[in-house]
Amino acid sequence: MTTQATVATSDEASDKILVDARQQVLEKGIGLTQEQLEDVLRLPDTALPAALQLAHEVRLKHCGEDVEVEGIISIKTGGCPEDCHFCSQSGLFDSPVRGVWLDIPELVKAAKETAATGATEFCIVAAVRGPDIKLMNQIKFAIDRINEEVDINIACSLGMLTQRQVDQLASWGVHRYNHNLETARSYFPKVVTTHSYEERLETCNMVKEAGMELCCGALIGMGESLEQRAELAAQLAALEPHEVPLNFLNPRPGTPLENQGIMDGKDALRAIAAFRLAMPRTVLRYAGGRELTLGDLGTREGLLGGINAVIVGNYLTKLGRPATADLNLLVDLNMPITELQKTL
Amino acid sequence: MNRVSTATAGFCGHCGEPFDGGSGPTSDVHGRCGERLAMEPPRYCTACRRRLKVQVTPTGWAAECSRHGVLAP
Ligand code: SF4
Ligand SMILES: [Zn+2]
Ligand SMILES: [Zn+2]
Repeated sequence: MTTQATVATSDEASDKILVDARQQVLEKGIGLTQEQLEDVLRLPDTALPAALQLAHEVRLKHCGEDVEVEGIISIKTGGCPEDCHFCSQSGLFDSPVRGVWLDIPELVKAAKETAATGATEFCIVAAVRGPDIKLMNQIKFAIDRINEEVDINIACSLGMLTQRQVDQLASWGVHRYNHNLETARSYFPKVVTTHSYEERLETCNMVKEAGMELCCGALIGMGESLEQRAELAAQLAALEPHEVPLNFLNPRPGTPLENQGIMDGKDALRAIAAFRLAMPRTVLRYAGGRELTLGDLGTREGLLGGINAVIVGNYLTKLGRPATADLNLLVDLNMPITELQKTL
Repeated sequence: MNRVSTATAGFCGHCGEPFDGGSGPTSDVHGRCGERLAMEPPRYCTACRRRLKVQVTPTGWAAECSRHGVLAP
């Protein structure tokens, strides 16, 4: 892989933005500020290849060449009492997604299949505001069964937690907990009204304090401004999560954002570069919506533009690229898959 | 796909609307639905329009109609 190449941008202002970013982020390892991120998000198309190249160099220098592979599964689908306007699993919208619970043998089978792809993380997700006792008991049971039979790190995404639940999950060996910020603080009330940004932050902070890795993601293309996209990247950087999954809106039928339209592919790539330049050391994962927004070519461009992790195969309610397509691409790009280091 | 074949099906697996709206080429109405079904599992039974119970896993999916049973890719 090339680690040193400067792609011409053909415009002085863009060159300056990227030269400064190179010094600050690549050389010194200091992420860009919100203002600087706005500049990156405004770069013209002609400067995009250079921005992605720089983001790629930052990723190689500060994270290495490995790509972390994860599979996700829904233990409880649909019927959520929250109103996140992008989500087909909210019970408040007229979405075609029906409520379903997955049984534990199926969950263990899915964990095995996920591990067989080379994935090192298996994330169990529930569409809930936060877990009740029944769900916590099921999670404990699921973790024990998976640990008996499968060599994989277990992550969970169960909504907002109490301190007691955080402690329980940590003591059961949950390796990573996912709780997304989704969007900028200033845009959050436009997208979610049933809980606050602060409540989200609270769970994120408790997870970190308990010693679990925090996975805290973004969903872009929901109608937020470019400044708000920069704001989100800066707010995530301040939280210092271990991982940031980057989702692109796939407008779902029946949800308030169903007519939002699909984000422009070049804007999506600019966002990838910007997020990497905001967080030089964070695992930056390709998550939902990339197939629609970026297509096959975009997956390659992202992996050469700052992304260093993928969700392999399908998502919670939607299908992804076949696992083999991504895994073959990693071989093509000469990027090794992160190996399992069980911390249990 | 092991769904009720579209030749005999009455409803679109993606949007649940009838395939034969009575007038006009059906491909106009459901063309995007066909594309969508390459990227997501069906949500409606093509025989009876009931909403399906769908479970997606990293490497596959299964859908079940309470009347017509299990459908899989
Ligand atoms: S809390 Fe999660 S599952 Fe519930 S509506 Fe929001 S995004 Fe969807
Ligand atoms: Zn249709
Ligand atoms: Zn049916």
